[in-house]
Amino acid sequence: MIDVQHVTKRYGNMTALDDISFSINKGEIVAFLGPNGAGKTTTMRILTGFMPPTMGTVRIADFDCLETPWEVKKRIGYLPETPPLYLELTVKEYLTFVGRIKRLHPEQLPERMDMIIAQTGLADVRGRVIGHLSRGYRQRVGLAQALLHNPPVLILDEPTTGLDPNQIIEIRDLIKNLAGSHTIILSTHMLAEATAICQRVIIIHRGRIVAVDTPEQLGAKLRESETLSLTVKESDPQLLDALHHIPGVIRVSPGSTPQTYVLETQMGRDIREELTKLVVSRNVGLLELKTQPLTLEDVFKVLTKTDNPSGPP
Amino acid sequence: MTPVQTIVAKELRSFFVSPVVYVIAAIFLAIVGLLAYWAVANASNQALRLMQIQNTYAQLNLNDMLFRPLFRSMNLILMIILPLLTMRLFAEERKLRTFELLLTSPIGVNEIVSGKFMSVLMVYAGLLSLTGLIPITLSAYATFDWRPIYLGYMALFLQGSLMLAIGLFASALTENQIIAAFLSFGFILGLWMLGALGTVVGDTTIGQILSYVSFTEHYERMIRGLLNLKDIFYYLSGIAFMWFAAHQAVDAYRWK
Repeated sequence: MIDVQHVTKRYGNMTALDDISFSINKGEIVAFLGPNGAGKTTTMRILTGFMPPTMGTVRIADFDCLETPWEVKKRIGYLPETPPLYLELTVKEYLTFVGRIKRLHPEQLPERMDMIIAQTGLADVRGRVIGHLSRGYRQRVGLAQALLHNPPVLILDEPTTGLDPNQIIEIRDLIKNLAGSHTIILSTHMLAEATAICQRVIIIHRGRIVAVDTPEQLGAKLRESETLSLTVKESDPQLLDALHHIPGVIRVSPGSTPQTYVLETQMGRDIREELTKLVVSRNVGLLELKTQPLTLEDVFKVLTKTDNPSGPP
Repeated sequence: MTPVQTIVAKELRSFFVSPVVYVIAAIFLAIVGLLAYWAVANASNQALRLMQIQNTYAQLNLNDMLFRPLFRSMNLILMIILPLLTMRLFAEERKLRTFELLLTSPIGVNEIVSGKFMSVLMVYAGLLSLTGLIPITLSAYATFDWRPIYLGYMALFLQGSLMLAIGLFASALTENQIIAAFLSFGFILGLWMLGALGTVVGDTTIGQILSYVSFTEHYERMIRGLLNLKDIFYYLSGIAFMWFAAHQAVDAYRWK
């Protein structure tokens, strides 16, 4: 459905995207994962035909983005980072306008609009001026705008930013329900979000694809080195040495205070039980033991260190 | 609805929910009304004086005494006011990122630019037609030749359209509305000064070119009641050129 080959984008001297290639099948949900400035938005803008790549080709539904931009645009629903809203219009007026410029058939428009308004939970605010709506509602209007003409391909740039936890779950459920009938690409800088809704994750860092994988396999790869953080009540100089001798521990480093230790352990070896026994036996007072959540930076550290740094398998 | 009509309808909606248009209309009409009042007062003074000197009933040419100076000052007011009307056209879309919506929709840049231009032309035409009350009211009290007035309004419309086209282009260059307004004001002022420069240089080739490029000469001729195809061609080609420039500026935005 989406086929990107050797796409490079330069802004002056800065290379925003460096030789990116990937393809996405019909009905898949794929996440672009990367920190801010990694090139997610640039990739999405190129996919939508908003901006042309410096080099490379992009094909969507077998139409080239540069040669037949109109065919591509008709098939894409796009939610940019900032929802493109006319603040002075009401929700209904705005969606009517969008339906018209998306070339939705005038007879279909009222029906589609009712459907989308119900789907995105906008029924209560349909007559209100967009400028008076809260951030969460605006995001939903943005999403409604992308879905309105029922495009087979949806490109959503950080669809859940600025929403409260309940709204995030709602939007994620909505996106999940669209899978199958739609091909969806969404970008996020939250690892949890990518693994929660997507079938495949494309990790992008400094304009390059670092990894393409399913969330499960990616998780396995990342678990190669798990980190634990341990806090005790009294610092014990011999504890550090003792920790080293627990089987499965790769490295122990001191934490932010003398009483904390950061342990790097082998993948798949849960040493928490042995660790607790050890600490209790030494009687230093176990205060806290927790697995450290992986941050995006850790992911990149791991992925750039291990195999396959250059692109998709 | 065609895409152009859709854009026009949306733009008109946006114009009339924002206070800017009402403020601009109020200021414009107040100033023009005041100028017209002064012109009428001045003309009647002159008529009185003539009657005292000649001791007969004096027939003044209102076209010369009243309408031509009025048209001339309206031109000046438009130079200041029309950039305020066009400044939001593209600058706001860029600022609010709605430009991304337009440019990723199956709708051409030419349709976007035309729609925006037509919407602002309609607002201006409405504004201008309201000033038509001045000659209509006067016709109840005096007799004058209507033909130079029709032509004067045609000149005003063409002149305003050119300024609006310049503003359309300026708005596509920046995402700051204030800068857009100043840019178009600067362009218009520059064009105006070229005319002055042309008069200074005199009747040489360069002088003639300068005078031709500026709108002053063309506008003056039309409000004097002279219909010349050359002048109409000047305005139409100027508008087309600025439309094209705006089109290019919008297109270039995507390549950045």
